[in-house]
Amino acid sequence: MKLESRKQLDERRVKAAAALSAQKHKILVCAGSGCIASGSLGVYEKLKAVLENKGLETEICLEGHVDHGDSVGVKKSGCQGFCEIGPLVKIEPEGYLYCKVKPEDCEDIVNETIANGKVVERLLYTCDDVTYTKQEDIPFYKNQMHVALEHCGEINAESIDEYIAVGGYTALEKALFDMTGDEIISEVSDSGLRGRGGAGFPTGKKWAQVAAHKETSEKYVVCNGDEGDPGAFMDCSIMEGIPHKMIEGMIIAGIATGSENGCIYVRAEYPHAVERLTKAIAQAEEYGLIGENILGSGKTFKLKINKGAGAFVCGEGSAMTTSIEGNRGTPRTKPPRSVDHGLFNAPTCLNNVETFANVPGIINKGSKWFKSIGTEGSTGTKAFSLAGNIKNTGLIEVPMGTTLREIVFDIGGGVKTGNFKSVQVGGPSGGCLTEEHLDLPLDYDSLKKIGAIMGSGGLVVMGDDTCMVEIARFFMSFTKNESCGKCTTCRMGIPKIQAILERITQGEGTMEDLDELEKLSKLVKICSLCGLGKTATNPVMSTLRYFKDEYIAHVQDKKCPAHVCKPLFEIRIDPEKCIGCTKCAVNCATGAITGKLMRAHSIDLDKCTRCRTCIDGCPTEAIEEV
Amino acid sequence: MPGIDYAFIDSVLEQHGYDKTRIIAIMQDIQKQYRYLPREVIVYIGEKLHMTPAKLYGVATFYKNFSLDPKGKYVIKVCDGTACHVRKSADIQQAFYDSTGMTPDDSMSSDGLFSIERVACLGACGLAPVCMVNDIVHAQMTPKEARRLIAELREAEKDEA
Repeated sequence: MKLESRKQLDERRVKAAAALSAQKHKILVCAGSGCIASGSLGVYEKLKAVLENKGLETEICLEGHVDHGDSVGVKKSGCQGFCEIGPLVKIEPEGYLYCKVKPEDCEDIVNETIANGKVVERLLYTCDDVTYTKQEDIPFYKNQMHVALEHCGEINAESIDEYIAVGGYTALEKALFDMTGDEIISEVSDSGLRGRGGAGFPTGKKWAQVAAHKETSEKYVVCNGDEGDPGAFMDCSIMEGIPHKMIEGMIIAGIATGSENGCIYVRAEYPHAVERLTKAIAQAEEYGLIGENILGSGKTFKLKINKGAGAFVCGEGSAMTTSIEGNRGTPRTKPPRSVDHGLFNAPTCLNNVETFANVPGIINKGSKWFKSIGTEGSTGTKAFSLAGNIKNTGLIEVPMGTTLREIVFDIGGGVKTGNFKSVQVGGPSGGCLTEEHLDLPLDYDSLKKIGAIMGSGGLVVMGDDTCMVEIARFFMSFTKNESCGKCTTCRMGIPKIQAILERITQGEGTMEDLDELEKLSKLVKICSLCGLGKTATNPVMSTLRYFKDEYIAHVQDKKCPAHVCKPLFEIRIDPEKCIGCTKCAVNCATGAITGKLMRAHSIDLDKCTRCRTCIDGCPTEAIEEV
Repeated sequence: MPGIDYAFIDSVLEQHGYDKTRIIAIMQDIQKQYRYLPREVIVYIGEKLHMTPAKLYGVATFYKNFSLDPKGKYVIKVCDGTACHVRKSADIQQAFYDSTGMTPDDSMSSDGLFSIERVACLGACGLAPVCMVNDIVHAQMTPKEARRLIAELREAEKDEA
């Protein structure tokens, strides 16, 4: 059904909002990648089946909706953030958050909570002996602020009607009918919004540069959904959880810059994101929000999806546009920049997923409101994915300028095992922040000052069981595989660095190697063309700077303090504690453990792969790493 | 290896309007069917789209998702993104190699069932370490769970046979 005018969209909104509020209860089952992996779709199906068995309505149905007063909306929502305790199920209007829900819990949820309004105690989140009934009271959620992620996890991620009901596409209306292109651009400029993909280029400035090309009507809006930084999943969550918001932002960008064609470049590793975006685009086309003559305004915007094929370098602007054109995705020299010569050589407005998702809020609530959040140079909020060795992993959004300490300890609950050592920020291009940076406000300028970058927003927390030399080696083997091969320094320099690090982690490094690492890292940085090459050696330089003692332990003492580098630590059985139960010998995949029943066992270190299976299974804790 | 269904290739090309710029999407659709890009197909689509096999080979080898070698029935992608790496994904990978009898150099296990790939990030970092078997993500993996998974898939195969 095509909406022909602003009035028709408004009518649709009233109807959708009425139908949504007629649902006495809403059961939001998290269907983000994380919760799906822990089995949330099974929970969703089961909940629907239980409710339908009881004769309750479970779908929001606009056409011919009859209000029985007892309908229950069961929805697949976007990412609710707290992946660690998934599958998550939220009950509205009570605000109960149930965690680690299994299909067998569904009967109780329906019988207790939906039928009687009672909470199912055993499914609540407990931390430090406190049980939290409501989501908003949980420390993980308490200190957050959602702008780009507003409504993510609160509505059905696959329904355009629910998005419209909560005020979706009102910014588009405003942009189409109440504002000129220049007014949109100056609103975005005034808001101070900067690119959320990492570099932090002012969004309004970029749009103005594309709009300035009045000589051609062939322009493009490209959304960078090629979230390649390992350990980052914010953009994935936005694309899956609230796809219409990002699409709305893209249409507004199209109107403002005079571009009639858009393209979303999504990583192939995100099948759910591709599926939801495809569905969302089809819905928006059906409603006439994408296509020709949008809502009778005479404006046109078409949108398609390009699936990436696995190349990290394609997250770089010029490599991405080259890839969309059907080529090897290698970057090119700039200038000319993509705002002048981008996709198919036309002026191109290329922004990141999160950047576009911020736009509807700015248009609706104004630049002043947006500026009131965050710091002076970095306005608004930033979504981060919190992962690694941390208690509360998940997706968060906080005002810019929030300190690392607040994120890691207040929201994240601190490290999971051992002591805090470092946070890797900005992925393979970023650097390591250490204890001394815990009170650093996270914004573009503060991070730049200490030689790190915001990056896309992946925060990977590391404790003292992570070896920083090995992490540097890990990043170098990543960038070695991802180098497109165009620049010699990147193609040849990174493997050289990686080989040295490999040697060090094998216990064969020398002190000269450390100087060589420093020299090569600088060379790759100076002589490579694109962002990947220029930043590729950041992990080496920052670990050398902050964790030189670990390098020295590997090189001089031939010890890996974190017990990660396999040749540099041993696994031993304490003969005093070993009761000879043979469990370790049975579990050992390589047959490295021998011993007679009821006698102390021993490990053949040449056969041992240091997999630790024996340690996990030992009933007397007789096996230790040294 | 069964023969190539050229009618299917034509239908893919048709769907993408014989558009050269859609070559990545075209090859993705073909790979979905065959689990790799057969050499003959590359030559064939080159002729149809007036592109040289060299250009197509260049594109196919640039992107990691494309494979010129046949793949096993179950493609196991072991995530080695930073979050998974920090939570010891290397042990998971080793467990998969051990239980399938493969080495990192093999593109497929000798029984044609498995392929093991190391991928950068699957976006489920909150549940690290993870792996993906065909399109299903398995969360919070352990070496033991990896061995169990392989045994389970082998069992399912036996039942089917």
